[in-house]
Amino acid sequence: MAKTETPLLDELEKGKWPSFVKDMKQAAKKNPMAEDLLGQLELSYKEKIGHWKHGGIVGVKGYGSGVIGRYSDRPDLFPNVQAFHTMRVNHPTGWFYKTDKLRQLCDIWDKHGSGLTNMHGSTGDAILLGTTTDHLQPCFDDLSEAGYDLGGSGSALRTPSACVGQGRCEWACIDSLDICYNITMSFQDQMHRPMFPYKFKIKVSACPNDCVASIARSDFSVIGTWKGDIRIDQEAVQAYAASGAIDIQKEVCDLCPTKCMEWDGKKLKIYNEDCNRCMHCINLLTKALRPGEEKGATILIGGKAPILEGALLSWVIVPFMKLEPPYTELKELVLKIQDWWDENGKSRERLGELIKRMGMRVFLRAVGLPAVPQMVKAPRANPYIFFWPEDIQKEVK
Amino acid sequence: MAKTDIGPLDYKTMLPPVISRNYGKWRYHEIPRPGVLVHTAESGEKLYTVRAGSPRLISTEHIREICEIADKYCDGYLRFTSRHNIEFLLADAAKVEPLLKELESRGYPVGGTGHAISNIVHTQGWVHCHTPATDASGPVKALMDEIYDYFTTMKLPNHVRIALACCLNMCGAVHCSDIAILGIHRTVPKPDNSRVPNVCEIPSTVASCPTGAIKGDMKNKTVTVNNEKCMYCGNCYTVCPAMPIADPDNDGISIWVGGKVSNARTPPTFSKLAIPYLPNNPPRWPEVVDAVKNIIEVYASHARKHERVGEWIERVGWERFFSLTGIPFTDKHIDDFDMASETFRSSTLFKWR
Repeated sequence: MAKTETPLLDELEKGKWPSFVKDMKQAAKKNPMAEDLLGQLELSYKEKIGHWKHGGIVGVKGYGSGVIGRYSDRPDLFPNVQAFHTMRVNHPTGWFYKTDKLRQLCDIWDKHGSGLTNMHGSTGDAILLGTTTDHLQPCFDDLSEAGYDLGGSGSALRTPSACVGQGRCEWACIDSLDICYNITMSFQDQMHRPMFPYKFKIKVSACPNDCVASIARSDFSVIGTWKGDIRIDQEAVQAYAASGAIDIQKEVCDLCPTKCMEWDGKKLKIYNEDCNRCMHCINLLTKALRPGEEKGATILIGGKAPILEGALLSWVIVPFMKLEPPYTELKELVLKIQDWWDENGKSRERLGELIKRMGMRVFLRAVGLPAVPQMVKAPRANPYIFFWPEDIQKEVK
Repeated sequence: MAKTDIGPLDYKTMLPPVISRNYGKWRYHEIPRPGVLVHTAESGEKLYTVRAGSPRLISTEHIREICEIADKYCDGYLRFTSRHNIEFLLADAAKVEPLLKELESRGYPVGGTGHAISNIVHTQGWVHCHTPATDASGPVKALMDEIYDYFTTMKLPNHVRIALACCLNMCGAVHCSDIAILGIHRTVPKPDNSRVPNVCEIPSTVASCPTGAIKGDMKNKTVTVNNEKCMYCGNCYTVCPAMPIADPDNDGISIWVGGKVSNARTPPTFSKLAIPYLPNNPPRWPEVVDAVKNIIEVYASHARKHERVGEWIERVGWERFFSLTGIPFTDKHIDDFDMASETFRSSTLFKWR
């Protein structure tokens, strides 16, 4: 095959940051699909428009998700990407790999696909970028043989993801890796056989720093937190002060959002009842301060990107839940919420949008959660109050 | 027949022994130099992490090279981050320097830790998506080339999270980033009346519009679009492929600032509009690169230590953000979607610039 001319993309081989064009060319040397992908991308760069059509229904036996159908709108020019489907491979939780397993994934993908990947997609999956329809099943068979499975797509539970948590982080208040893996294993059916009004995302962060952005990107956000006092090692605080690396008053106390800390040059005093556990002081003084001993998670729901009714950040529905294996309370709550959403949601209506439409009051009653002040920034300021029938009977008496 | 529903590889079998031994018992961490983390466990054992940048779109050959490096220095253990970086995990302190040398010789940028700009979370763009308003990998590469030094150093007031999504679907969920780069369409979708009756379901197409701009035309089994109401989100095109929205002359990029997801100091918040439109100018998107670089530099020279972009803007005021950056404020910056009035100022408390 003649080498594809790519004068525009060649410009992106220059510069210090690693170049995706180099990777595409590496793959193109060995693989005609990758070669045509390069050609089609060059055309997009020239014409300033994409050249992919909507996916048709393609997949592997027994699954309704995990494969994204993709077809070129210029198969006349690029016949090798006429069909160029994506496979989403569920990543090992926390994106930890041993090289032998990673090489096995490469071998399978060299055998069946373009040799191009995303490590990883935004949701978390290892993305195998582009293969033909007839390779989907054999590729899945080989993946399964090697211990890999597909992730979610379409109106299904999407591949849950978690921060590194107790694997490496001293701030972890919950075992985010284990919770995520447990949920993933428990809800395989929901991931592989789309049955919901729309997508449903679960992300687990082990502390309020929220390194997987669960509050912004998931319908069901689990964020580690604690009750009780921040643990202080006063000697370590003094060591920080003595080192000169940090100005305790200016950088720690003055930036505390609740102003719950005092520093007299010797001792750091924390008024814990005022602390809202934002993590700022702990982030800065990691040798000296640690989250309190009683650990659990705050559960928030409804987060999403703009489509359709605008972006939402997740809302608190359970201020504190203890999370110990096998996480029965957590999983039962997920199922209850999904049932209500499934029952009431319109097609392509995310959970947060449904709650906006039906009301938090209705939602809380349906899933049996009590209203508590931690759920709101402030109570309502308008007088348009709804009452339940039983409230009124009480009034009449 | 292949086994189904086996789930992902068990992460517990992927952890380096030093992690398995100290799981849940980490005590503190330090960043001795950009791109290197040292985590110390209660046992006193240490884990060394070396973080390297990646273009995210990588070949199997590249992955094999990463494996080769991990075998040589890390007993075959590595991980990827939520921002597409590669992390080499070492138990042996003596191997850190040799690894850094090898990464340098192979052209891997090492950094993305602490008060730095880490890798840009991004989407597929023209490489593999059917609804993009711009490319993803290209603008990211062009920008990272230009702000490379912010990846390899830690000299900013705080970290700056940049993300790019190539359309409003936001696979990258960029809407809570310090700086978000978002592909936008600016012209209405055009229903192809010969194809709509065959490929589209009229009621779901009508329902797909957030502003009620689409009406069913039952007689001709197609739909019509009210140009006044349409804000070019492209959701109808996802539901009905026979009403394409891509427009090479008018699609482009918008820039948003001041979002965050962490709870540190201030609550998680959305990014807000800074620049409504910049043209698609491949292969290097110079207008976008310059605009983002300008925002970073103004932030770097004006924000106080530990202030994220949004915290800095909140302190000085949006008036001053626009005057300091020289970005023109237009009627497009004033919200007119459903919660718009919450963003209007109802006080006399503002600054002149």
